[in-house]
Amino acid sequence: MQRLRRLVWKEFLELRQDPRLFGLVIMAPIIQLTMLGYAATTDVKDVPIVVADGDRTPASRNLIARFDGSRTFTVIDTVTTVTEVDRFLQTGEAWIALAIPSGYGRSVQDGQPVSLQVVADGSDSNSTTVALGYATSLVGEYAAALTADLRAARPQAAPAAAPGIDFRIRVWFNSQLESRFFMIPGVIALLLLIVTANLAAMAIVREKELGTLEQLNVTPLRRWELIVGKLLPYGLIGLIDVLLVTALAVFWFEVPFRGSFTLLLATSLLYVMCTLSLGLFISTVSDTQQQAMMTATFFFLTPMIYLSGFIFPIENMPRAIQYVTYLIPLRYFLVIVRGIFLKGIGLDLLWPQAAALGAWGAVMLLLAVARSRKRIA
Amino acid sequence: MTKALAVYRKELRQISRDRRTLTTIIFVPAFFLLLYGYALNWDIRHITLAVQDRDGTPESRALVAAFVNSGYFDRVADVYAPAELNRLLDVDIARAALVIPEGFGRDITTGPAPQVQLLVNGDNANTATTVMGYAANIARGAGAALAPSDGMTAPLVSVEPRIWYNPELRSTLFLVPGLIAYILMITAVISTALSIVREKESGTMEQVRMAPIDTFSFIVGKSIPYFLISLASAALIILAAMALFGLPMRGNWLALFAAMSLFIAGALGTGLLISTAAETQQVAFQAAMLTSFLPTLMLSGFIFPISSMPHALQLITHVVPARYFLIALRGIVLKGTPLRLLWPQMLALSIYTLAMLTLASVRLAREKR
Repeated sequence: MQRLRRLVWKEFLELRQDPRLFGLVIMAPIIQLTMLGYAATTDVKDVPIVVADGDRTPASRNLIARFDGSRTFTVIDTVTTVTEVDRFLQTGEAWIALAIPSGYGRSVQDGQPVSLQVVADGSDSNSTTVALGYATSLVGEYAAALTADLRAARPQAAPAAAPGIDFRIRVWFNSQLESRFFMIPGVIALLLLIVTANLAAMAIVREKELGTLEQLNVTPLRRWELIVGKLLPYGLIGLIDVLLVTALAVFWFEVPFRGSFTLLLATSLLYVMCTLSLGLFISTVSDTQQQAMMTATFFFLTPMIYLSGFIFPIENMPRAIQYVTYLIPLRYFLVIVRGIFLKGIGLDLLWPQAAALGAWGAVMLLLAVARSRKRIA
Repeated sequence: MTKALAVYRKELRQISRDRRTLTTIIFVPAFFLLLYGYALNWDIRHITLAVQDRDGTPESRALVAAFVNSGYFDRVADVYAPAELNRLLDVDIARAALVIPEGFGRDITTGPAPQVQLLVNGDNANTATTVMGYAANIARGAGAALAPSDGMTAPLVSVEPRIWYNPELRSTLFLVPGLIAYILMITAVISTALSIVREKESGTMEQVRMAPIDTFSFIVGKSIPYFLISLASAALIILAAMALFGLPMRGNWLALFAAMSLFIAGALGTGLLISTAAETQQVAFQAAMLTSFLPTLMLSGFIFPISSMPHALQLITHVVPARYFLIALRGIVLKGTPLRLLWPQMLALSIYTLAMLTLASVRLAREKR
């Protein structure tokens, strides 16, 4: 135990001498959080829309004002003919063009149905789908209001309202549909992976490069002491990052925290075991820090990040790839973190994920230790 | 010029010897293309749906059938107790739950309009919004079909949507151009920066400094191999995406080439600039990550729409070159936009390229002295 403490202490001393590390450990979480908290929003807001107003009556201007006044749309320009909108769509200045036909004002007044043409730039398929949905419901509400007005003024001219389904949608867990609430808890999982796996791998490879690993090997340290001593400091750093990000998420970004904090810490510990074992494994397949960095970033971290469901939902992936995602520890931890933050669920529902993390970590650790025995001892 | 050529030949030889970097340069574009082409998309289908049908009439079954037959929803569970619904949503077995009240079949014909409830898991706001849109449409359609048809008229104002450029709304077509910008950033910035810093680290920079090579020849000779590699990998991505994923090429190849060359030149300039500031490859790598990689991924409109970001962040995106490059690229490839409409983007890219190259050569010249 004494030796272990010395080794951990030595590691911290070395960390202190590396000023860039401070940046990586403290600045990286903040930059990532800011980017993901503010930029990584798949919400659709202020969609630029161009209007071809072929009518130019108070009625058409009223409709345009409705679009402009909504949070989803911003009217960037009003032109008179439909051909003029092409330029806006081609340059991406507008995503959606709304064409109001001439005679629109009169038809609406007379209770004659009118149809508006909406042209959407489909290149951003995701935003377009959402924006089109908003446009349809905005016009629907507008039509309902017009019909009501019309019926109040002249009952015989107004079309009768069709009976239908009173369809109520209730959103659970994130009722304002803020994508931040989904992204930010994920940052904890992402950061732990990047910081701990990378740092652990580089710390060991650095000793290899400098030749000091040989020296450590000839000391009376036992193998497990060496491994634990090298990994422990990075585990601690990882936990500090968890606290930092959780605090920022809750107090700055106001992400709801509905679950148990103890459970979050406990599962983080389990997850950090996975990422550190991964770091150890990477260190055994690399000879230089350069290689370790490249291997970690391109062959492990990037695929894991993309296939974990962090940004792109796993359920949208093809079946074969969905099976691959079961091999990624980040996947399980994301379910855990989001479950704890947003749903407030406990271990009774999350135990399969926790068990998967434990198993993954154990296998990776065994693999890494087996390899390192061959390589360095 | 012969001096530049000599540097160029030396660089090529060095690249071909460094196996791992070479693999990375080839592996990364291929990997990302397959990833974005096959694995990653927002095209939401097969939403898991739990159904609580408290009515059990032909009408209520017709409503459920309307959801299932739409192709968007997969019925994964039938529930009889509300507590069961909670559990299904909690553990993500179902993303949405449809609750049909007793008396639905009667009320739909006689009124008042029966209240049908859909519970949606909102944790992923984006998926939830799309699910809500689909569901509202299906319910509207089913309601119109089930209700007695007399007295039905079209709504006063309706929308007739038409989608241009990507009518099937496939997200692959949107993501592939972004991917090109991303990969060009990796190959151009990182490999250039690392190649020069490596010379510094191994001490060969001193030798280059002693050799009778002027800054200009050095920069040209160093960057041309990476320029060619980057251009080739971009061309490969486009051709592969056309062959595999049906990416259209509606614009002018020459315009595409011009936009890509400008962007690559700027990226190479960034790499050179980083190399003058960094002493070790690690620092160079981190600097490249922070200044080029992350902004290209997050702030360019590659994945996340710029118009939805807060204003302060939107201002920052104006200095991210990939922002302009992406508009130009998507315009040319997906929309067939002529180059004359893209002059603001091309101008911005030219300014970026010029600034980077000038800064880099000034600093390099100073370093050589």
